[in-house]
Amino acid sequence: METLNFEYEAKGPLTRRAHVGVVGSGDLEVLIEPADKPIAQVRVRTSVSGYAQVWKAVLDRFFSHFEHAARVEINDFGATPGMVALRLEQAGELVKP
Amino acid sequence: MTPTEHCTDPTAAERRDRFLSRRSVIEMRARERAQALLDPGSFRELLGPFDRLESPWLPLQGIVPESDDGVVIARGELAGKPAVIMAIEGAFQGGSMGEVSASKIAAALRLARGDWESGKAILPVLLLETGGVRLQEANLGEAVVAEIHAEIIALRRHVPVIGVIHGMVGCFGGMSIAAGLCSYLVVLPQARLGLNGPEVIEQEAGIDELDAGDKQMIWSLMGGEQRYETGFADALIEDDAEQLRQAIRDLAARGLPARHRSEAVDDYQRRLAKIDPTRPLDGPALRRLWPQGDRQ
Repeated sequence: METLNFEYEAKGPLTRRAHVGVVGSGDLEVLIEPADKPIAQVRVRTSVSGYAQVWKAVLDRFFSHFEHAARVEINDFGATPGMVALRLEQAGELVKP
Repeated sequence: MTPTEHCTDPTAAERRDRFLSRRSVIEMRARERAQALLDPGSFRELLGPFDRLESPWLPLQGIVPESDDGVVIARGELAGKPAVIMAIEGAFQGGSMGEVSASKIAAALRLARGDWESGKAILPVLLLETGGVRLQEANLGEAVVAEIHAEIIALRRHVPVIGVIHGMVGCFGGMSIAAGLCSYLVVLPQARLGLNGPEVIEQEAGIDELDAGDKQMIWSLMGGEQRYETGFADALIEDDAEQLRQAIRDLAARGLPARHRSEAVDDYQRRLAKIDPTRPLDGPALRRLWPQGDRQ
């Protein structure tokens, strides 16, 4: 297991929270909720070590259009980058103001 | 073949429409199952993901935990009456019972008993999708699974405790005992129920004893249909949320059984006496020896 932390700039607050997915084979869960600080903080715990660069690329893309102050927790059980992107979009959709 | 060709036979068309209108329980995740069983809008989760009551033991062993530790406790109403659904998530660690996940179920059962003792009715429903105790949490998990057993026995004095095994993980180990303690058990054909899982039996006793890869044989021994036909389950339904809701309502309406399955020790001793251990026995032969209505 590897734990990774990321931070992104945020422009506005978030008012809702959401939970999607499951920590099952090839899947992940995403918890997203309003943050106290005016940034988006992401903590990733993944069962597959050594993919920090791939996580950064997937998260960079998501936070290029998601600009809310949020606390995001990801518990990953070997999801592909495509799966991760879809789960992030699903969570982002649910907390949309 | 085009889709319209199926429609030439009216019964086939009916069967197809019925199949398509089903909402598969197996394809849902634990939280969705709880939502599907409760009346729309009544679902309220206790100790949900944002309470972050996750396993403290899994990360220490390099295993990613889940924010709800793989158990969803949902309060709500089923057909207008208070209910609590305890749903195990089979996709997370095989639905295994750790210290936290098992404690959530034991505590929910205890709260339901508290409700009854103070005069409030509530229907408890267990969705058992579990390989049993979580090996990484060993004795801690075992201890709380035993607590679940004790709580089921204490609660079933007040109200039928209804267990459901839908598949595809099945229900094994200490939680198969929990299934046996339930007042009523609902199974799907895809379900399996056994104290030891087939892989464990193969590993411990050898492939000559049991070939865990032989799916047809495994289901003929411990599959949902076999368990129903031999009287270990009270309802056999198709993979559909509405049928499951109806089955739970029907069983709850029966009230407490005259005698719980786990109290019928003499029945089961009589059944065991019918078996000649020197001769091979398979699923169909067991159905003839132990027909469904044979118990009690």
